[in-house]
Amino acid sequence: MVTAVLSDTDLRRRAWEVAAQVVDPEIPVLTIADLGVLRDVRVRDGRVEVAITPTYSGCPAMNMIALEIELALERAGIGRPTIRTVLSPAWTTDWMSEDGRNKLRAYGIAPPQASSSRRALFGEQQVSCPQCGSGNTELLSEFGSTSCKALWRCKACREPFDYFKCH
Amino acid sequence: MTVANISVSETPLVLYTLRRADDALILGHRLSEWCGHAPMLEEDMALANMGLDLLGQARELYSYAAKVEGRDNDEDKFAYLRDVRQYRNLLLLEQPNGDFARTMVRQFFYATFADLYWRAMMRSSDLTLAAIAAKSEKESAYHVRHSSEWIVRLGDGTEESHRRTQSAIDELWAFTGEMFAVDDSERGLIDARIAVDPAALHPQWLKTVSSVVSEATLALPKSDWMQQGGRSGRHSEHLGHLLSELQSMQRTFPGATW
Repeated sequence: MVTAVLSDTDLRRRAWEVAAQVVDPEIPVLTIADLGVLRDVRVRDGRVEVAITPTYSGCPAMNMIALEIELALERAGIGRPTIRTVLSPAWTTDWMSEDGRNKLRAYGIAPPQASSSRRALFGEQQVSCPQCGSGNTELLSEFGSTSCKALWRCKACREPFDYFKCH
Repeated sequence: MTVANISVSETPLVLYTLRRADDALILGHRLSEWCGHAPMLEEDMALANMGLDLLGQARELYSYAAKVEGRDNDEDKFAYLRDVRQYRNLLLLEQPNGDFARTMVRQFFYATFADLYWRAMMRSSDLTLAAIAAKSEKESAYHVRHSSEWIVRLGDGTEESHRRTQSAIDELWAFTGEMFAVDDSERGLIDARIAVDPAALHPQWLKTVSSVVSEATLALPKSDWMQQGGRSGRHSEHLGHLLSELQSMQRTFPGATW
C-alpha cells in the first residue's frame, strides 16, 4: 500500500475537488459547487472540514448532501470530514454559476432570473420556457415540487415547467 | 407509561428564542395538517412548502436555544418533551385550520408580521439570530405574497368566499395584538439590541394588512380588545390536541429514531 502524504494545501484542494462533484439529490444535474451550497473546505489538524449552507431553512436535501460529501471523501481516501453548516451569509441564487444555469435550462428547469423582484407584493415576472424559449408563459404556483422551485406553464408549447425561484 | 417533560432554564435569551421557535413549529404543524386535504394540488404543495420553511426555522431556533441554555436539551426534546404550559407560541398560530379562508387569514396576519420582524432582526446584535433572520426573511416574503393574493381572491370572489373570509378576519383579529406585545423579559433584550421592539413594526403591519384587506373588499374589525397568554404558556384548548398528535410517537416510544 502506498500512502501519499499530502500537504494541507494539496489535501484541501483535493477535498474541494471531490466535494464539488457531489450533486443535489433533487436536481442531479447540478453539483453543490454549481449551486453555491459548498462554501468552504479547510484542513484542521489533518482533518478536513467542509462548510455547506442550506438553500432554504427546511430543505430536506441538506442531510442527504452532508452524507454524500462524507461518502465521497471517504471513497477518495481522504477520510471522514467534519461537516459544518453555516447560515451567514444567507444563500442566494446569485451564487449559482453560469455553468449551473445552463445545465438547469438543458435539464428543463428555468434558471433563476437575477432581476426579478422578490419583494413586489403582486409582482409580475417574465420567465422564458426552458423547452421552446418562448416568453409567453404564466405562473401556476409559486410553490413547486421542492422548496426552491415554482410551477409555470408555457402558453406557446403548452408544457408545464419548473422555475428555480430567485432567493 | 408516561415520559417526563424536560425542564428548561428560561433565561431571557433562551425564552426569547424558544418563543420564536414555538411560533414556527406550531404554525408549520398546522400547515402540514393540510397535506393531502387542500382544495387543489398546487395549494397542497404550497402549504406543505411553507410548513417546511417554518419547520426549518424552528429547528435552527431550537438548536440555538439549546446551545444558549447549555444543558442537555436539544431541538427534539424542546419539540417533543414539553407540555402545553411550557409552550410559548402566539395564540394566533395554534388556532385550528378551519376552512381554507381561515387558514389563509391566519397565515396572512402572521406572515405580514414575520416578514417585517425577520427583516428587522437581521440587524440583531446576536449574530446567530441575525443569521437565522436573514434566511427566514427570504422565505417569509413568499409567504406574504401567497397569502395576500388569496385574501384578495377570496374576499373579492364569490359571496360565499367573501362571507367566510370576513368571518375568519373577525374571529382571528383578537389574536393579532399578541404579536406586538412585550414583557419584562424581552425589554432587556430590546435595550441590548438583541431583539427588536415589535411595537415599532405595528404601523407598517397595519398599513399592509389594511391595504390588502381593502383591496379584497373586506373590512378590519373596529374592536381593539386583544387576547394574550401564549407567550407565558396560557393556551387555548387547541394546543393540547395539536401536541398530542405532534408528540405521540416520542411519548409512546421514548427515544425512537428513524
